[in-house]
Amino acid sequence: MKKILAVDDSASMRQMVSFTLKKAGFDVTEAKDGQEALEIAKSSQFDVVISDVNMPVMDGITLVQNLRGLPQFKFTPILMLTTESGTDKKTEGKAAGATGWIVKPFNPEQLLAVIKKVVR
Amino acid sequence: MSIDLSQFYEVFIDESFEGLEAMESELLNLEPGDVDSEIINTIFRAAHSIKGGSGTFGFMAIADFTHVLETLLDQIRNGERELESVHVDLLLKSVDCLRSMLHAIQNDEPQESEEAEVLRKQFQAILDGKSETGEQPAEPEIDVDAEDQEQNAAPPTSIWEIHFTPEPHLFRTGNEPLFLFEDLSALGDVSITCDLEKLPDLGHIVAEDSYLSWVITLDTKAEKAAIQEIFEWVEDDAKIEYKLIAQIDDFDLVVSSPEDVEQSNPDEAKIETNENVELIKTVKSEAKKEAKVSEGVVAAKPAVISKPKSKPADKSPTKSDSSSIRVGTDKIDSLINMVGELVITQAMLNELGESEEFDQAKLTALREGLAQLSHNTRDLQESVMRIRMLPISFVFSRFPRLVRDISQKLDKQVELILLGEQTELDKTVMEKISDPMVHLVRNSLDHGLEPPQERTAAGKNATGTVTLNAYHQGGNIVIEIIDDGRGLNTAKIKQKAISNGLISEEDDLSDDEINELIFQPGFSTADEVSDLSGRGVGMDVVKRNINALNGTVEVTSSPGLGSTFTVRLPLTLAILDGQLVTVGSNVYIIPLVSIVESLQIDLSKVNSVGGGLDVLRLRDEYIPIMRLYDLFGHQDANTKLDNGLLVVVESDNEKVGLLVDELLAQQQFVIKSLEANYKKVDGISGATILGDGSVSLIVDISGLIKLAGLKKAGRQGLDFNKPLSEAV
Repeated sequence: MKKILAVDDSASMRQMVSFTLKKAGFDVTEAKDGQEALEIAKSSQFDVVISDVNMPVMDGITLVQNLRGLPQFKFTPILMLTTESGTDKKTEGKAAGATGWIVKPFNPEQLLAVIKKVVR
Repeated sequence: MSIDLSQFYEVFIDESFEGLEAMESELLNLEPGDVDSEIINTIFRAAHSIKGGSGTFGFMAIADFTHVLETLLDQIRNGERELESVHVDLLLKSVDCLRSMLHAIQNDEPQESEEAEVLRKQFQAILDGKSETGEQPAEPEIDVDAEDQEQNAAPPTSIWEIHFTPEPHLFRTGNEPLFLFEDLSALGDVSITCDLEKLPDLGHIVAEDSYLSWVITLDTKAEKAAIQEIFEWVEDDAKIEYKLIAQIDDFDLVVSSPEDVEQSNPDEAKIETNENVELIKTVKSEAKKEAKVSEGVVAAKPAVISKPKSKPADKSPTKSDSSSIRVGTDKIDSLINMVGELVITQAMLNELGESEEFDQAKLTALREGLAQLSHNTRDLQESVMRIRMLPISFVFSRFPRLVRDISQKLDKQVELILLGEQTELDKTVMEKISDPMVHLVRNSLDHGLEPPQERTAAGKNATGTVTLNAYHQGGNIVIEIIDDGRGLNTAKIKQKAISNGLISEEDDLSDDEINELIFQPGFSTADEVSDLSGRGVGMDVVKRNINALNGTVEVTSSPGLGSTFTVRLPLTLAILDGQLVTVGSNVYIIPLVSIVESLQIDLSKVNSVGGGLDVLRLRDEYIPIMRLYDLFGHQDANTKLDNGLLVVVESDNEKVGLLVDELLAQQQFVIKSLEANYKKVDGISGATILGDGSVSLIVDISGLIKLAGLKKAGRQGLDFNKPLSEAV
């Protein structure tokens, strides 16, 4: 089973993402901010990381930068959740090393389509 | 597979309410001009989360409204716009508006709000009018190339030659070229050749870098945008050339030569005017435009999200009662520990129970085991009760806003001080104490605190203070509402009480006792009915609500210095500290909080005042005696006043003595509802099951008093100070 790390400070978003991905057969771990995600990541392997950008404590961009510094996450697909008005965030995300993005709001089907782009 | 999103609504709504609270509280902390970036970020994130969630779950009215808030906040946190107080006011109003929109969702009502429209226009005006960088907060533009808009009845088949050369670092972005090729093959027939030219020898390869490039020939009916979308994420990390080799309409075959391929530079943009050949080089700015195209494609999809078809059916329509509670994991862990201990004790007792023989040693062990069980149960009970406890800060957090709004309205300067915010109390108690507290605070602001001029004239600081202080005392939580205003006007209260017939001129009451009269119904000394209070319906309702929670409220005051309202509440509604008493062969429970004292009756101090009523002269008071055996109809009880005990109890400022046979133990009882299991009985507030399995009824003091009609007797002006013959 492929493992996904889902990071978002909104509990309802985490639940929706988690439920959708679990139903599609993924093993999902949740984190509520970049800091928590980084802690979890340091001692685990994941096949995909999907993270919101705006979060307290440590935001998504910083998280990506930190993840890319960990050997096991050098090549891991990392997807950012951005909003339409955040074109800068996309570039920023990419500059930090993110693989791609999903634009909010998205529905479960769109989420799965995007995940399929990076994990088979 | 389609997923029902309605299962996430409640969580979203709860977290949105929390987000709004955070927004409001931080907005109140903001000083215009001085932008603490962490505060602005918190506010931004709250609005952003609500916008994101509402869009995801289909609450479009909220999403659209929150969008302008988010845009404004984004500009402020980017430094594009300075924060002004008009923004803060508008944002605060938006918080209110969003709250009612969320409530509308909970109550299954339409979310659209006129107020939201009005506010949105105001936001829009600010954003349009005063945008300092001239940027318009544009909705994503679907800026599609003219060529892509060809709507042929049958899409032509195109043959593309795509040159894909990733930068060396491509793998470190987590992108996988092979997946891209798989996606391309979903669009049509694909043939791929790989160019190994740049691959160094084994000794010089950096395994993590990409040295390969590919040429992909794609035969597809899909539009160029679809192809570009596949490469969307890697545009900036690769050189990509799209060459249209051939296009086959239903009837035409147009082929042209690919000779005009030029060596592409990432900085150049060149578009051939030859309509049959498109040479589009990937350029940073081009990439952005194309990113917008694909963005347009992706962003268009959310519009398809329709309004949620079924709102959560079992959501009760009450506003603030939510059926969930957030519990710290430490409490849960503690609970798990307790249960573990209980299981151990149970196992031990079980083993003892299986003994063939019981000797002294086993009996001792049994007793120890039972003591252990009692210990475990008590710990477990406390642990579980603590789960329902939340810090009072949840209720206190209403007040900064309230105080701000009201003090502005009344033109008074007020500082609010909150102490003991972490003091915990039961969730239900907290929900029910909120309104009475609001009334008490409003009362302080309206009547207690003076206008600035009056304060300075009296030598006080122009800014008055209202302090909310919460702490634990015994098994209760104490909440004090303290103001440093003008204090209660005892003389005026006395006058009003006399004119209301509550007391008479000759009554000798202390100042505190007179002040307590404000809790009587219909009492208000305000000459005019102000908007906030003074209608005379407030204080007695406050008291009644607090009493209903098994709590008490008192007031103390010093003229010119201020007033303090003290609310005492039990920590939980489900458990009662009570005194077991016997009446005949029956066992009753009297709530400890109501008991003043218990004593043996000195017959010489008993007077009969007619109508079968006896009173006991106790120091300087007269206590009516209630014969419980009579009230409850027990034949086998003691009927002699000097043979039983009198338990003096108090309720609603009335003292009464209950005649019982004996006092038994004092202990904690779990309150079980009589109404739920049988029916409502006057004079009884609930029941419990004793250790021996029998049912014991819990006495409701105020109910009993009413039952015996003593209140009426008291009100009818029975004057116990006069000699007997004249008393009636």
